[in-house]
Amino acid sequence: MLPITFKKTVMNSDQATPGLSFTAESLRKKFRFSEFFAEKLITSVAFLSIALIILIFFFVFRESLPAFKHRPKATIEEQKASAGNKPESYGGSAAENKPETYSGAEPVASADKPETYGVVKDSALTADEVNQEANLRPSEGEDNEGSLSSLFSNEWFPVSENPRYGLIPLFVGTLKVTLIAMLFAAPIAIFAALFSSSFAPSWLREWIKPSIELLAGFPSVVIGFFALMVMATFLQNLFGYETRLNSFVGGIAMALASIPVIYTITEDALTAIPASYKEASLALGASRWQTAVFVTLPAATPGIFAAVLLGVGRVFGETMIALMATGNAALSGLNPFESVRTLAATIGAEMAEVVFGDMHYGVLFLIGSMLFIFNFSINAIAEFYVKGKLVKKIQGK
Amino acid sequence: MKIRLKNKIIGGSIITASALSVILILGIIVIILVVTIIGGKDTLSWKFLTTFPEEGMMKGGIFPAIYGTALLVIIMAIAAVPFGTITAIYLTEYAHEKSWIAQTIRFAVRTLATVPSIIFGLFGLGFFIKFVGAGMDNWFLGGQLKWAQPNLLWGSLTMALLTLPVVIVSVEEAIRTVPRELREASLALGATKWQTIKKVVLPGSISGIMTGTILAVGRGAGEVAPILFTGVAYYLATLPTSVSDQFMNLGYHIYVMSTQSSNVDQTMPIQFATTLVLLMLTFSLNLTAVLIRSRLRRRMK
Repeated sequence: MLPITFKKTVMNSDQATPGLSFTAESLRKKFRFSEFFAEKLITSVAFLSIALIILIFFFVFRESLPAFKHRPKATIEEQKASAGNKPESYGGSAAENKPETYSGAEPVASADKPETYGVVKDSALTADEVNQEANLRPSEGEDNEGSLSSLFSNEWFPVSENPRYGLIPLFVGTLKVTLIAMLFAAPIAIFAALFSSSFAPSWLREWIKPSIELLAGFPSVVIGFFALMVMATFLQNLFGYETRLNSFVGGIAMALASIPVIYTITEDALTAIPASYKEASLALGASRWQTAVFVTLPAATPGIFAAVLLGVGRVFGETMIALMATGNAALSGLNPFESVRTLAATIGAEMAEVVFGDMHYGVLFLIGSMLFIFNFSINAIAEFYVKGKLVKKIQGK
Repeated sequence: MKIRLKNKIIGGSIITASALSVILILGIIVIILVVTIIGGKDTLSWKFLTTFPEEGMMKGGIFPAIYGTALLVIIMAIAAVPFGTITAIYLTEYAHEKSWIAQTIRFAVRTLATVPSIIFGLFGLGFFIKFVGAGMDNWFLGGQLKWAQPNLLWGSLTMALLTLPVVIVSVEEAIRTVPRELREASLALGATKWQTIKKVVLPGSISGIMTGTILAVGRGAGEVAPILFTGVAYYLATLPTSVSDQFMNLGYHIYVMSTQSSNVDQTMPIQFATTLVLLMLTFSLNLTAVLIRSRLRRRMK
């Protein structure tokens, strides 16, 4: 395309008046369809990520509506929408039968699991059975009429005779794990960031940062497996508590997952502090550690705060580690050596065997929307409040 | 004199504590690697990698899980890389740095990067399976159940959403390393903006697109939560042949074997070997990405 345009101009200048003449017409940008199309296409694709956020919020929230509806209506809808829609029961967790007794210490298993998933169950579910189920539901539903208020109760027994969906034990469990994880991860990660930004020689720093960031690349299922197989036994021998899998083990495992997050952001915040700060401090006779602790660290506080916030967000939504290492019993005691069940783990463990459209399904999606809103707000705070503060602080406005 | 000594002690302990933190983190990385290698190296063999599970997953290999993971990340990359690259091009070439559109997109991308992976799983279930899938079944198949259930396509697309920010960030970083003079030279020669992007900017940032793809694949290979209810299966006797089939996955295999199986102790070697395979896979992918990226950063300097 290029050479052609070039030739054209040459020809024009030869034929027309000698010398170059530009008119307003010739200088105007030519309309090219390919340009126009490319720009519009690229712009619309770029909006995809904004649309995604909205879509995620919309659909996760929409699916949680059954939790607010009365039971019989949900049953009709479900019958209509998914007559044979049972494949969600394929080989999921074994917790469904008796979550009351599921301690998680010895993984419960039903031997017939692999055979019952998917298709087999479908064909077994004859039309009669569907009708029967539908007939049974409303009577069940009367018991659950007020179950939305049970969200604030203290019991999470979603699949018992009289299902109760108390979210309090799940919240307590999640907070406990998050707190333990942060107690370990935050100091370690911040100290490590301080070392690599202020004390380490530059050649060492170039090695430390990528190495720690490799930890971020470890799949959470691998960290969960390590916690389940190695760390749980090791810590139990060390502290001698009773349940092998508990919020303490889970918290430490999640600390491993959040350390790289906190480290990276803290390190970036610390290195972003202008050199003039450090130089001024050193020129006044402060030593290197004094400069690091009394000048660099305070100047970077908003960034460190953001780092810890994002670390909290990481732990809050972590599913696989929670499923594997926390024991998965919905207890609401405050003892750190008790098994807990986190919000995210509840979704992961139970979604596979709920019936589409019923109360349990809705409650799980409701938990999902809460997690999403929580994470969204954490990110928004980290983004706007903290960044604005950091910029102000550094520029001294 | 006394103050000086006290200062020295405090300073020394702070420096020691911070150095110890680094050593602790690096130590944990090494321990995880060593433990998995020791636990899995005896079971790991060519046969283990290329055969099916046998005797109710008590023996045999993990080939279907490797195959399923590979298919998952390939379809995921096909979906995520073009969209990620185009978004990055928009952010660097078309949008004004300070415009509210660019700011909002950046915020959305960063939010996407921090959304918990389980939420993507829920979204995949609610959007792809129950909305798009059910819609496709209604419109094209007359209500016959085909797409409104977990399968490879929905799992991969859900994973693609999760890895989209990874691609965007890497490509954006790479595009910024293309010198402005090259762009200006191209424009001055009469090339249009789109021609410049196609012939100058994209070839110059190919290594960044590579890094982004590798990082995304590494992330997608290791994540389990998004596919829990959008396509993964516990055990399949046959390999998936179309995108509407379910699939097995390495990470899910580890999870199921270590928590849901009836005899965890007996299958311990298989679990460790599977973990070793997954860890080696993601570790080498991440290492490659780090190496390419550090070369890129050096070029920028």
